[in-house]
Amino acid sequence: MIAYAVKRILTAIPVLFGVVVVVFLLPRVVLGDPCRAVLGPRATEASCEQFAAANGLDDPIWEQFTRFVGDVLTFDLGESIKFSRPVTEVLLDRLPLTIELALSALLLAIVVGVPLGIAAARWHNSPVDIGTMAFANVGVSMPIFWLGLMLSYLFAVVLGDTFLALPPTGRFSPGLTPEPFYEVWGWTVSDSGFWSGLLEFLSKFAVFNAVISAQWAGAWDAIRHLILPTIALATIPMAIIARMTRSSLLDVLGRDYVRTAAAKGARDARVVRRHALRNALLPVVTIIGLQLGLLLGGAVLTETVFVLPGIGTALFDAITTRDYPIVQGFTLVIASTYVVVNLVVDLSYGYLDPRVRLQ
Amino acid sequence: MSDQFLDGDLRSSGAEADAKRTVQPAGPGEGPSPDALLDKPTSIWRLGMRRFFRRKLGVLGLAIVTLLTLVALFAPVLAPYDPIQQLDRVEEVQRRDPPSSEHLLGLDSNARDQLSRIIWGARISLPLGVSIVMVAIMIGAAIGAIAGYFGGAVDSVLMRIMDVILGFPALLLAVAIAYVLGPQIRNVLIAVAVVTLPQYARVMRSSVLSIKEIDYVAASQALGASSWRMLRTRILPNSLTPLIVLGTLGIAGAILEAAALSFLGLGAQPPQPEWGAMLAQEYTLIQTYPHLVIYPGLAIMITVLGFNLLGDGLRDAFDPSLNE
Repeated sequence: MIAYAVKRILTAIPVLFGVVVVVFLLPRVVLGDPCRAVLGPRATEASCEQFAAANGLDDPIWEQFTRFVGDVLTFDLGESIKFSRPVTEVLLDRLPLTIELALSALLLAIVVGVPLGIAAARWHNSPVDIGTMAFANVGVSMPIFWLGLMLSYLFAVVLGDTFLALPPTGRFSPGLTPEPFYEVWGWTVSDSGFWSGLLEFLSKFAVFNAVISAQWAGAWDAIRHLILPTIALATIPMAIIARMTRSSLLDVLGRDYVRTAAAKGARDARVVRRHALRNALLPVVTIIGLQLGLLLGGAVLTETVFVLPGIGTALFDAITTRDYPIVQGFTLVIASTYVVVNLVVDLSYGYLDPRVRLQ
Repeated sequence: MSDQFLDGDLRSSGAEADAKRTVQPAGPGEGPSPDALLDKPTSIWRLGMRRFFRRKLGVLGLAIVTLLTLVALFAPVLAPYDPIQQLDRVEEVQRRDPPSSEHLLGLDSNARDQLSRIIWGARISLPLGVSIVMVAIMIGAAIGAIAGYFGGAVDSVLMRIMDVILGFPALLLAVAIAYVLGPQIRNVLIAVAVVTLPQYARVMRSSVLSIKEIDYVAASQALGASSWRMLRTRILPNSLTPLIVLGTLGIAGAILEAAALSFLGLGAQPPQPEWGAMLAQEYTLIQTYPHLVIYPGLAIMITVLGFNLLGDGLRDAFDPSLNE
């Protein structure tokens, strides 16, 4: 296992390095003119020269690259043009919401997708199966932003007067923004420093913050605002997970050892649970890991549609206002997160299934 | 893969079941009799086509794709109005009028007939999706073939580069590329092609690696066939099936990603009638004018669904090994 882990970690390092190189090179090579990426296509020659001098763009490319890597390693991602704040600060500000959204979507996708897939495989060709596959086919074919819009229309307008009504946009209802938990607890927190920063970061996980500080109305409100975006973001991964679980389980159910178990008189439910499921779920684990890339990309679209202040909307705003440092910094951080998560998934997969380590 | 298991027995008794099928006439009057089969070998394509047309969903996908292609081809004839012209200047209409018998899908915020815009939109999304995949396949397959054929350092370097592209969440890298290139449909093509080409490179590489070992290929190499000739006559024809299958599914994904980029303002620009851009322009009006949001999205969904079903059908019919 250790040899496998070391090998796998070693393959992740060049990928991470490559990600840094791509993010560094994209504006410089592809565009050839980072100045106009930052200042806009109509920037004058003079302002461009000034910009180049200020950002060291006249230096040799190797010098620029080593400086960039140095900055990245010290978490210095430059300063946002629009917010006039360090990119890292904006990121930490926006990250909790996106994490809440992505994790709840992943959870929903697994909790619904896996049982759906199992049911479809067990009652193969039954209405359950056909319904699941119809959902899976339609689910992977929907633009996520459109699904989000349809959901908000359905629950905020069509069902707007029923008990099923849900808020179409935003994170909190007016007047229900929860206090940070440390203030509820009466802690005195200094304005700066690592610990206060950490507390502030934690308090931005709205549901978590409201629950631990017993602000029940606020917690319920925060959850209600999260329901539609979560469903929108979860649908595609859910469809993929259901499909994968189904085909993997069907495959295992056709194997000799499963037939042997059935022949020995084990009941269907027991065959599925004891003999087939464990092996069938292994490929599902990999697929679940791969969904994270979809979730991170989808978060940009979902947050835009539901007007949620996460990293997705920050990125969207940055694109429209051409806030280049944000685009670059967020791309780098999201991509590195993705690489690391895939690494963790692969490692856990190797732990769960010893056969993987040998390949 | 959706209904590969509908023939549940196929799996367990694979070979016999398949052999039985080939000798059974597919319907009255068509399909070869057992004797005819002995005389004339049935090609793998013919068998595949027959398997394809037996699955309803794949055929449904083919029907959707064909229909949409016709819509795109005949858009000027089919569309009742001009997709760009603002009708409130020439007609007694209000912008954002809901669907009526005159304007089946209503008018958009610039008083343009939405049905006509959606019909013309097929002229953007379909060719865009297809060309994204063609570019991605051409470059990806070339990279994969070179990597697999030459191996060694060439292989490592090329495939590490592919790993880096796969290291990004696809939509995010596409956003970054389209962003630095500037908002244009051509740049959407480049961005989505770049993020999707590693999958074709990987498929091509592995099929080259497996074909290289087969005796007749090794033999023609021993006879002194050039590398180019080997690629062209031995390796490419054998790798076509997986590429076509993956490519069809890839069109579905490409259309979705392109629509997403346009929705983010990085693709088609107004007044182009691109579905994602139409949604981008109107989505904030969902509460009051739902017809402006429902129909463009529906168009995207049906198109993507068509290509997904077609791709699944082709995969089941031609390349069982590609099943997850």
